[in-house]
Amino acid sequence: MKTVLKKHPLAIRWFHWINFPILGIMIWSGLLIYWAYSKYTLSVGNRQLFHFFSPGFYKALKVPHRLAEGMSFHFAFMWLFFGNGLLYVTYTIFSGEWRYLLPNRKSFKEGWQVLLHDLHIHKYVPPQDKYNAAQRIAYTAIIVMGFGSIITGLAIYKPVEFGWCTWLCGGYESARLIHFMLTIGYCLFFVVHIVQVIITGWNNFQSIVTGIEIFKPITPEPQPQMQIETQPEEVQPSPIEPLPNEEA
Amino acid sequence: MIFVVLLAGGFFAWKWLNDQPQDHMILKPLRKTLEANEKVFKGTLGKNKESKTYTVADAVKNVKVNGLIGIQDTIDASKWRLQVIRGAGDTLKISLDELKQLPKKDIIFDFKCIEGWSQVTHWAGVSMRDFMEHYHLQGFEQMQYAGLQTPNKKYYVGIDMKSFLEPQTILCYEMNDAPLPMKQGYPLRLIIPVKYGIKHLKCIGTMFFSNSKPPDYWAEQGYDYYAGF
Repeated sequence: MKTVLKKHPLAIRWFHWINFPILGIMIWSGLLIYWAYSKYTLSVGNRQLFHFFSPGFYKALKVPHRLAEGMSFHFAFMWLFFGNGLLYVTYTIFSGEWRYLLPNRKSFKEGWQVLLHDLHIHKYVPPQDKYNAAQRIAYTAIIVMGFGSIITGLAIYKPVEFGWCTWLCGGYESARLIHFMLTIGYCLFFVVHIVQVIITGWNNFQSIVTGIEIFKPITPEPQPQMQIETQPEEVQPSPIEPLPNEEA
Repeated sequence: MIFVVLLAGGFFAWKWLNDQPQDHMILKPLRKTLEANEKVFKGTLGKNKESKTYTVADAVKNVKVNGLIGIQDTIDASKWRLQVIRGAGDTLKISLDELKQLPKKDIIFDFKCIEGWSQVTHWAGVSMRDFMEHYHLQGFEQMQYAGLQTPNKKYYVGIDMKSFLEPQTILCYEMNDAPLPMKQGYPLRLIIPVKYGIKHLKCIGTMFFSNSKPPDYWAEQGYDYYAGF
């Protein structure tokens, strides 16, 4: 007999998978734009460690001389990126999903423990809940970053009409730099996210598609719903609701 | 199931978009979006749009020269005239000295190139509003666009009338308190701080007004026609 648990609401799955290609298009078209003035480097003192990006990198990805094309995609898909993000945030607020996503008092301590555990430095398994502390921090940070991309983006796109955004970002050039750094942040997030998903395995991955997670009783791994039960003081509905048991 | 629908929907939407015809070097729906963006962002905040200004000390001495399309190094300012087309066979011809008789306006702002770089630069010339008033051209302010061309017609821009008449727009003949260098568009160029550099036409030959979009060099190459902040 298997236990089938509801994990991700339909809306969240939509927002997740719609965001994936749109953010991809935003990053790709952003690269076409950035190429036209690609001056950023990573340096320590006078030593340049890395240049964003090398001619070979651009050539391999066929980036050069596509500024106009990049802008046309960027300034169309920005609406979808913004709209989808806005709907996601609105949904998490009104559905109560934010309770599992926002970091709380314990999250920063536990987040550190998750890191130590994941890096195999510590054996202690911190509380998992629907999202563990590190996930709460990461999934909230990515929303803050998205907000940052909108503000810095407006600051570069309309520096007169939205002059206050430009001011807030410390000027036009600084806004462009932050906009770029946030994008690098998404790429790093993506890499860590994919590695974590692969390590966690198929059962977890398919749940962001199907919305349900299936547990066999013999599976010894820690089960998320157990964590919920240890917190009876929480009055919110459990994020993972058991369905009637299904036959295997 | 829904996931499959989403996957297929996304795939076909992307295919549809990329199968659309081109409109001046970019996909038509994207061109339409750029035009819609212009409506969203154009002048929603008050009547006047003004770029942030700086002090003389902030202005750079080495001003970048990025494009020389349409520039001629053989221009003779004594023979050069700004030609304002008022109608068929009715062209107003204005010399540089005549323009210099009008009040001079300085503007120091962060000049922004569509490539991504920017420079605080110092320019001076005749305010476009003063110019239009002095030469009794206000009747043309009701039209939708102004067009500018170099004398050899190799570079040309179209600008929406609202941006054209913003208080910081100048017909510029000085840079850093000296006559405009040849490569900066001697004897007269446009400085329009609410637009990307591509619209700041160097070496103005002709000016005209129109209700349809005047030809625009970079818009034909796939860039946004509005290209404004």
